[in-house]
Amino acid sequence: MALLEISGVSKNFGAVSAVDRVSLSVEQGELFALLGPSGCGKTTLLRLIAGFERPDRGRIAIDGGDVTDVPPYRRPVNMMFQSYALFPHLDVVGNVAFGLKQEGMARGRREARVAEMLALVQMSDYARRRPHELSGGQKQRVALARALAKMPKLLLLDEPLAALDRKLREETRLELIGIQERVGTSFVFVTHDQEEALGMASRIAVMDKGRVAQIGSAAEIYERPRSRFVADFVGAVNLFDGVLAAGFNAVALKVPGLEAPIALLAEAELPEGGEAALAVRPEKLRLSPGRPEGIAIAATVEGINYQGGVSVVHLVAASGHALKAQMASAAATSFERGMPVWASWDPADGVVLAR
Amino acid sequence: MSAWGWRRWLLIGPPFLWLAVFFLLPLGVVAAISLTQAADAIPPYTPLLTHGPNGLELQASLANYREIANGDLRAYGNSLVFAGVATVLCLLVGYPIAFAIARAPKAWRNPLLFLVILPFWTSLLIRVYAWIAILQPTGLLNRALAALGLINSPILLIYNDFSVVLGLVYGYLPFMILPLYGSLSQLDENLVEAAADLGARPARVFFAVVLPLSVPGIIAGALLVFIPAIGEFVIPDLLGGPGTLMVGKVLWQQFFDNVDWPSAAAIAMVMVAMLTAPLLLAQRFVERPHSSRMGANET
Ligand SMILES: Nc1ncnc2c1ncn2[C@@H]1O[C@H](COP(=O)(O)OP(=O)(O)OP(=O)(O)O)[C@@H](O)[C@H]1O
Ligand SMILES: [Mg+2]
Repeated sequence: MALLEISGVSKNFGAVSAVDRVSLSVEQGELFALLGPSGCGKTTLLRLIAGFERPDRGRIAIDGGDVTDVPPYRRPVNMMFQSYALFPHLDVVGNVAFGLKQEGMARGRREARVAEMLALVQMSDYARRRPHELSGGQKQRVALARALAKMPKLLLLDEPLAALDRKLREETRLELIGIQERVGTSFVFVTHDQEEALGMASRIAVMDKGRVAQIGSAAEIYERPRSRFVADFVGAVNLFDGVLAAGFNAVALKVPGLEAPIALLAEAELPEGGEAALAVRPEKLRLSPGRPEGIAIAATVEGINYQGGVSVVHLVAASGHALKAQMASAAATSFERGMPVWASWDPADGVVLAR
Repeated sequence: MSAWGWRRWLLIGPPFLWLAVFFLLPLGVVAAISLTQAADAIPPYTPLLTHGPNGLELQASLANYREIANGDLRAYGNSLVFAGVATVLCLLVGYPIAFAIARAPKAWRNPLLFLVILPFWTSLLIRVYAWIAILQPTGLLNRALAALGLINSPILLIYNDFSVVLGLVYGYLPFMILPLYGSLSQLDENLVEAAADLGARPARVFFAVVLPLSVPGIIAGALLVFIPAIGEFVIPDLLGGPGTLMVGKVLWQQFFDNVDWPSAAAIAMVMVAMLTAPLLLAQRFVERPHSSRMGANET
């Protein structure tokens, strides 16, 4: 049985459909990410799970019990707010102890638990500080300790790392994963940073305009996106829009501007004449000075974007498509601006996206 | 002094000058008059400085203060009690109102605040007379109660302590509501949600989060009610009975009825001293709005 079961949940704000018929389930011990562009309903979905909003339609069950009509203070979940929402009139200890006091936990056990939580987030030295005396990263740790103190079955985190600078964010990301493994609580975290979702989550739900576009592991989402939106939103991608046509012995994609249709290795049945797109990740695109066997597109090098270990070569195809190829920086030195090249890829690396 | 230094004085100078000219100077004059004696002269008190054989001589005397100390102190006690009771009642009545306005839909808040301020558009005097019309034995309230058969003979609603407290609460309620609304409307909604998320029921959320965070508003509102209520004259004079003595009334009698300016000035100085105490106390609170006491017992 799943720990969290959301079935057909919708939430409207006036005319805005913030969450639209979302169904998903989160298993015990998962690190589940909600990923999507700004305004796609991630925070609203989290608030529905926490109980701050009531769904217009659908049910939410936690640990087998329907909580749709249960007020937030009786739900076995805790939330870490994007703004941290630390109580300014309480010190670090007072904040972390707040939830335990509501439970009526005995003083001795409470103090022990608070000390344990502060040690977990390495904030023991700041026990008597007020929130306004803490840095952004320290506040974030206190907020995490406060949300974890009650040992909830499910912890909700709204953009937990958004306020941190890049280096601290990477450290904290690893710390969060470590803490999650140690306490065994399931995490559902919101992010609009795809790197964060890919790097942390056991599974990801990509959201688009209130709907779930795809749910899967990081590898599935990245390697096998099911829609143009997911392919485009998660990572960089080269997209070829076209119309499906019958090829010699397989379905092919006729792309306007390309002389030959692209033969597809389609597992699924594709309707002939239907619109579709082919997605090829930049690191799968190969560049060569001479025309290779198979699919190849003539292009000109527009520029080279050095990114440290890897470089991205920007190309313009004869068809007008802007393409990106990613490779080791050493390999990229053999190309220069204005150079004519052939871009090709292994047919297995092309992902067909029926629209 | 650096350029920044004199510019800073340019900025904070005018308010200081204003305070000096319009507050400290008159206060000094009142303090000086309180040290003289009443006289049949214009102005009606003996001069503080006189020309004697040894040049200028100071004629200051604490006789007026001695008179106050030896006289009837009930008026001072009454003022403190009435102002204190009115402040507590204003807080009890005003807090739910301010809370409701702060929690009302955004579009409603300004109209509701407007309703709170609306009474100020009429003079307090007229509004107090309106209360007389409502409360007197043949007034609206008594007639309504009689018509409903709830009473046989008129009940005494006016010219007693009850009507004075009622008048004070009525007159000063907006001064309590406005600062309370100010601090409640700034309360971060996420804090309320966070408390609920951590298992606090609505009542606990109120006492553990909302109330402590509105303490600055409570202090400001309490001062705004308590300070003017102590010196209030119109309300006790019109709604109080002959026995309702408050400092404001005594002061009025000394000044206008007895034309004893020095006594009146001394009473005024005692009032200032009475008001300084709660101000200093409140300052200690406001300077450390989140004093360590509040958090220390949280573990
Ligand atoms: N209380 C509200 N009243 C009206 N509209 C709201 C409210 N809360 C959210 N919305 C709308 O619902 C949609 C989804 O908002 P939500 O906050 O869930 O987005 P999000 O995915 O968290 O975005 P971001 O990444 O920017 O935080 C938005 O269009 C937003 O304007
Ligand atoms: Mg959000």
